[in-house]
Amino acid sequence: MRSSVWLWVPLALFAFFAGLAAYMLTQEKDQFVESTMIGQPLPDFALKPAFADLPGAGRGDFVGGGPRLLNIWASWCLPCIAEAPQLEALQDAGAEIVGIAIRDRPEDVAAFLARHGNPYVRIGADDISEVQLAIGSSGVPETFVIDAEGVIRYQHIGDIRADDVPMLLDQLEKAR
Amino acid sequence: MIAEIGLACLWLAAALAVLQMVSGAMALRGAADGAINPMAIYARPAAVVQAGLAVLAFAMLLWAFAITDLSIKLVATNSHSMKPLIYKLTGTWGNHEGSMLLWVGVLALSGGLLAGFERRLPERTMGAALGVQGFVALGFYAFLLFSSNPFERLPVPAVEGVGLNPLLQDIGLAIHPPTLYAGYVGLSVAFSLAMGALLTREVNPAFARVMRPWVLGAWVLLTLGITAGSYWAYYELGWGGWWFWDPVENASLMPWLAATALMHSVSVLAARDALRTWTIMLGVLAFSMSMLGTFLVRSGVLTSVHAFAVDPERGAFILALLGLYIGGAFAIFALRAGAVAEGQRFAVTSREGALVFNNVMLSAILAIVLMGTLYPLLTEAFDVRVSVGPPYFNPASAIFAVPMFVVMAIGPLLRWKADTPARVQFELTLVAAVLIAVIALVSFFGQFPLLPLLGLGLAAALAVAALLPLRGRRLARVPTATWGMVLAHFGVAVSLFGMACEGAFTQERLAAIAPGATEDVGDFAVTLESVTPVAGPNWTAIEARLAVRQGGGEPAILTPQARNFWSPPQATSESALLTRWNGQLYAVIGNQNEDGRWQIRVWWKPFVTFIWYGGMLIALGGLLAIAGRVRVDVRRRKAARLGRARRADLAALGGAAPAPAE
Repeated sequence: MRSSVWLWVPLALFAFFAGLAAYMLTQEKDQFVESTMIGQPLPDFALKPAFADLPGAGRGDFVGGGPRLLNIWASWCLPCIAEAPQLEALQDAGAEIVGIAIRDRPEDVAAFLARHGNPYVRIGADDISEVQLAIGSSGVPETFVIDAEGVIRYQHIGDIRADDVPMLLDQLEKAR
Repeated sequence: MIAEIGLACLWLAAALAVLQMVSGAMALRGAADGAINPMAIYARPAAVVQAGLAVLAFAMLLWAFAITDLSIKLVATNSHSMKPLIYKLTGTWGNHEGSMLLWVGVLALSGGLLAGFERRLPERTMGAALGVQGFVALGFYAFLLFSSNPFERLPVPAVEGVGLNPLLQDIGLAIHPPTLYAGYVGLSVAFSLAMGALLTREVNPAFARVMRPWVLGAWVLLTLGITAGSYWAYYELGWGGWWFWDPVENASLMPWLAATALMHSVSVLAARDALRTWTIMLGVLAFSMSMLGTFLVRSGVLTSVHAFAVDPERGAFILALLGLYIGGAFAIFALRAGAVAEGQRFAVTSREGALVFNNVMLSAILAIVLMGTLYPLLTEAFDVRVSVGPPYFNPASAIFAVPMFVVMAIGPLLRWKADTPARVQFELTLVAAVLIAVIALVSFFGQFPLLPLLGLGLAAALAVAALLPLRGRRLARVPTATWGMVLAHFGVAVSLFGMACEGAFTQERLAAIAPGATEDVGDFAVTLESVTPVAGPNWTAIEARLAVRQGGGEPAILTPQARNFWSPPQATSESALLTRWNGQLYAVIGNQNEDGRWQIRVWWKPFVTFIWYGGMLIALGGLLAIAGRVRVDVRRRKAARLGRARRADLAALGGAAPAPAE
């Protein structure tokens, strides 16, 4: 004779699935995949200056003091123009921003900064995307939060929108 | 007006679904004295008219897409006036609302066909089945009307439409979704019939014979739909693979596995009156898997390349429907199935025994696929993100697929009820010899992964075994349904052969070459002749001209493209295929390097086409089985009618009427 307990198994399995699915539906769907570079120290690098008026950038520039922003950008990148005002706003709020210009020319960098403002304390020239790839960035612009130990704490992909500014300031505060 | 007619049809159909549900349920009541409840007679006409209305609603949407009526939101967001007409039409179901309307249309149509043509079941069971069908339809009408209205108007008509996802602008969209949907939703009839029989406890061979053609029909459509979808993904995505274990592919595979098991178990019930509870269980399970797939695809709980524009509110709605239907069905099953009388018993070594074994194997594969598909959902509940892919699915399903193929080779040779291995000793030896010989031969020529190697051996053994049931029989007298089984099993062997060859022998070449240069892949010499821009009706592309030479002789020209569509803006890779009887050359063009050379990717895939030929053979086998069963049934009914007429004549003459033969 069949045990009638077995007949309840499908219902029990389905109830488990339905509960799980209902729970997951109420959860915020987070499509964001965090970079595995988060929590890693910056790789060792020393880049020459991207144009005459500011020094270049190296790993050593991130150690000591407070947390800093590392902004990957290029003069040929249109979204970088769009995020220029936000970088200014971050600078005004006290953030120290180090730039890395990707595959750029000094005269183009100078023209860009003259037109859109200069929020940077130093800009390194990464002519072959070497540093960009090493820190796990695949495009421009991207912005990293680096703490005073030189460890990557946060990665923002794409241009910084106006409503991203408080979030980045918050991340800087957390990295302190 | 078009949209309003469509919407009115949907509301009317929903109202009729209520009538069908109530009237069908009435059939279960008041039958104490054996009479049919007078309220029950409305279920059939309600189902038929409802089917007409739902089809009309779909036709209205089709019309709106054909004339690009941009005052309808769905058309404006998914179509474009400059699109070729065929893609305007297929665009009707290339979106959430339209495909859901197609889903519901097929659901209503299946219910209508059941109500219109099925006269063999007792009215009580039939009424209960139609009631269930109406209940299911009602939920999905509510879903369309309250949460996914395809006929919603824009306050101001759009100037131009947004366009259709370029990946969908392909003839594949014309075939794959409608076939698949017809299969998915065709299983609703099996579900309703199973529930009806469970409610009236009339689970018997007569019931199985009624259910069988519906299961077979849905299964044939599913087989064709999956085969077409697999080929479409193969040439359209440009990744060179034919199955990716994507959640949506799994969502189509799971109902197919359940339907395959159901089809075999319903045959055992029809022929031998065994496996009663199991058949009911599978009948519920098959359509449950269809609904589960709909939920997974449209709720966005899983990440998939197929995902529709996802909306948690819609997800919640479908989940509620799932809870109602699947939960309800399993609850009734748990309460009622114990009361279904046990069927006939049989020995382990018998045709039934083999069928039960393979049913369990199919269910195990189904469980493997289901677990793999839902596992990311489970881990994400604990904030761990995982992706389950071929490294899990291939070996895990093979654990059950390999014994299944072995038993599948032997099963059809066994007799019903009880048999001994000694009786089929010759056949067993032959199949085993082929299996071992092929594996030994292939291993002799090279090192291949285990699964493709086993696949090759099993394919050969299965191909031989599939034909063995014909041995020693007068071919002209073999029933059509048996031919169907032989063909379908042979198709499995063909398909398996294609999969194993693709896995074992594929050669791939990825190279950056300048125009004029030549690369070798397999026996082929591929020369990049030129790279030129070309333009289509709504796209521009970079097209490579590849001259392919095999030995001497004239080269064949392949033209893979990297296309850029402008509305909506999206890049696609159009692969180019060179089909030979023994395989396909598959070419894709990639990016241009900084030094001006082009990335070209070429595969030689021996016998890869056999995967889809096999799929078509399997479906054709299913069609033959339906034709055979229906013909036998028509003949039997005709004979019964003649018998009744003769007895009536004899009675009228005053003679002693002989007892009916049935």
